[in-house]
Amino acid sequence: MRAEQVRKTFDGHEVLRGISLSVTRGELVSIIGPSGCGKSTFLRCLNFLEIPDDGAVTIADVAIIRSGGRWTRADEDAAHRLRAHVGMVFQSFNLFPHRTVLDNVMLAPMRVKRLPAETARAEALALLDKVGLSAIAARYPDTLSGGQQQRAAIARALAMRPDVMLYDEPTSALDPELAEEVLSVMRALDEDGMTQIVVTHDMRFARAASDRVVFMEGGEIVEIDDPDILYVSPQDMRTRRFLRSVL
Amino acid sequence: MAVLLVTGLAGTALAAPLRWASDAEANVPFVFHDPADQSRLIGYEYEIAQAIARRLGRPTQFVQNDWDGLIPGLQRGLYDMVIDGIEITPEHEQGVAFSHPYYVTSERITVRRDQQGLDTLAALHGHVVGTLKDTTAERMLQADPSIHIRSYEEETNAYTDLKNGRLDAVLLDGTISLYYGAPDPELKLVGGPIGRISYGIAVATGNTALRDQVNGALDAMMRDGELHRILARWKLWTPEMAELTGDRGTPDIAPDAWRHYMEATAPRAGWQARLARYVGFLPLLLHGAVLTLVVSACAMVVAVALGLALALARRYGPRWLAMLATLYVEIVRGTPLLIQILFIFYALPGIGLRLSPFVAGVLALGMNYAAYEAENYRAGLQSVARGQIEAALALNMTHMQALRFVVVPQAVRMVIPIMTNDFISLLKDSSLVSVITLTELSQTYVRLSSTYYDYFGTGLLIGAAYLLLGLPFVRLARMAEARFATGQRRQGRTGHP
Repeated sequence: MRAEQVRKTFDGHEVLRGISLSVTRGELVSIIGPSGCGKSTFLRCLNFLEIPDDGAVTIADVAIIRSGGRWTRADEDAAHRLRAHVGMVFQSFNLFPHRTVLDNVMLAPMRVKRLPAETARAEALALLDKVGLSAIAARYPDTLSGGQQQRAAIARALAMRPDVMLYDEPTSALDPELAEEVLSVMRALDEDGMTQIVVTHDMRFARAASDRVVFMEGGEIVEIDDPDILYVSPQDMRTRRFLRSVL
Repeated sequence: MAVLLVTGLAGTALAAPLRWASDAEANVPFVFHDPADQSRLIGYEYEIAQAIARRLGRPTQFVQNDWDGLIPGLQRGLYDMVIDGIEITPEHEQGVAFSHPYYVTSERITVRRDQQGLDTLAALHGHVVGTLKDTTAERMLQADPSIHIRSYEEETNAYTDLKNGRLDAVLLDGTISLYYGAPDPELKLVGGPIGRISYGIAVATGNTALRDQVNGALDAMMRDGELHRILARWKLWTPEMAELTGDRGTPDIAPDAWRHYMEATAPRAGWQARLARYVGFLPLLLHGAVLTLVVSACAMVVAVALGLALALARRYGPRWLAMLATLYVEIVRGTPLLIQILFIFYALPGIGLRLSPFVAGVLALGMNYAAYEAENYRAGLQSVARGQIEAALALNMTHMQALRFVVVPQAVRMVIPIMTNDFISLLKDSSLVSVITLTELSQTYVRLSSTYYDYFGTGLLIGAAYLLLGLPFVRLARMAEARFATGQRRQGRTGHP
């Protein structure tokens, strides 16, 4: 996964001021920073839920280069190809409330990849087992705890067999013990060799689980480093100030 | 020879039917449903139409149409001719071509039995007088500005209001007065005949071939006495007719048609007779109810499909399409349904689009309700969180797939209770299609109540029929509401006890 010079402006306000980041296969990278620093926007630019004004994003073999201009039909098709490699998990889970947990996981493989129902069901059950939800596969999302919902959402994203997983504050809406359920799933995926990019406020998780940590502020990447180095001896004043305020 | 014979026979069998129209609802003694057997049409004009067709060697095909729609329907080519006591006046002659008059009569004044002195046109000065709209009688009354004119669509309503004291007198054609005013024990005909009116058979302007054929048949009927016989049986032979036809004979013809009608409509004593009459209404009610239900159901299908398309166009379509959809919704919501129905049925043929009454009715109702459904669905779509689409896109669905599998199903759950309510009001609004010749429940009410002069009993019957039709959907709405409010939760629990 490689992003180069990604820029995004909302109503004349420059939210992303040219961000570049490369993540290699199997890495877990956390992005931290104060609220409004642009870290969520950057994450959403990686699968084009947000369309960058300028810059390039390459994931697996799909590259999309933007240099202003209209977002065309062809661009949308390219984004569609790119999203085939990317899974995403949202802060508010966004499970489909009209479908059971199992159907949530099966839906996209059946409709997008056109897998036969039995295959999709078998794979979905295996994934639900992996995130510890096989017992409640038949339930509807609003009967689950937040932690269960977020694990179901992870299983749903994994069902499309992505190369990269994006997490947009996956535990911010959860109590600490429920958050832990989710984080342990993410650690297990890391051990399986999944490439993961996590926007988070959980400093402990970012430090303990990440291969590298990105600190953003004011729409820029201030510092990227191994967590143990970044947390112990940040190079930049702004990183130091932020870490002191949250730790 | 054999071939000739066969083709000759086929020729008669396949002679194009003479399509003639009248408003058989509450139309005694012209063309109406036999009170003794509602499935049968009778009336002196019905008999004249049959006689003309017989003389022309053509089978007949009757087309029911609302009084207001008779002339437009003729111009539209829905049928070949109209017989419905249409007065030959210069105004009417602008829109259609008339045959020779087949009946001449005059206006009569009807008052309550206890009233005195209102027996001439001059005596009506300053009084409240009822009549039918667009008639010679109405124009006579307009000549005296001091008269308060109440113009009705149905003669029965005029006579009812006279009895109720809302009117001081009713001025109407001799035919109508004889059948509606005279038999009523509370009313009486007073004074002599006023003025002179002629009824003609209307054909489309320019259809001189048919007009000449009809004239030929009428003349022959006057010469050989068939017209005299028909009118006498209905007790309608008048001195004016004798003068018109030169037929001054007084053959001994019993007014059996008139008698049959009077006996069939005589107020029934006792609840058993009344009940028997209501039971006799049931086949008609059923017929009306089925039509109401079928029209409403078909219209709802149109409304749902078109409404969904409009809502999707407004919310997700390109700008020009969204604006077009908005324009549609605003125009349809901003104009009366009645106008839309009449427009689709009568105006569209002008641009080459001829629709049957059923299709026109379904389309008009469906297209009207589509505008309201579109607004419901738009609200439903808006209520589906933005995150749902994002989640679907992130799962590599296309926009279409996201709508189809994620957004629309959720929106539908939101709007089903509202839709059920809409269907119930559609069921009631479907009564408006009666203006384009469809005899559904409301029209059945008009027909029955005015035939028997019984607005109360038949009204209760029809009301009950509507309630019975709507009740299942009221239940459905409740169930849908209950199910979608808490249903998912409950279902989840049963899945995991």
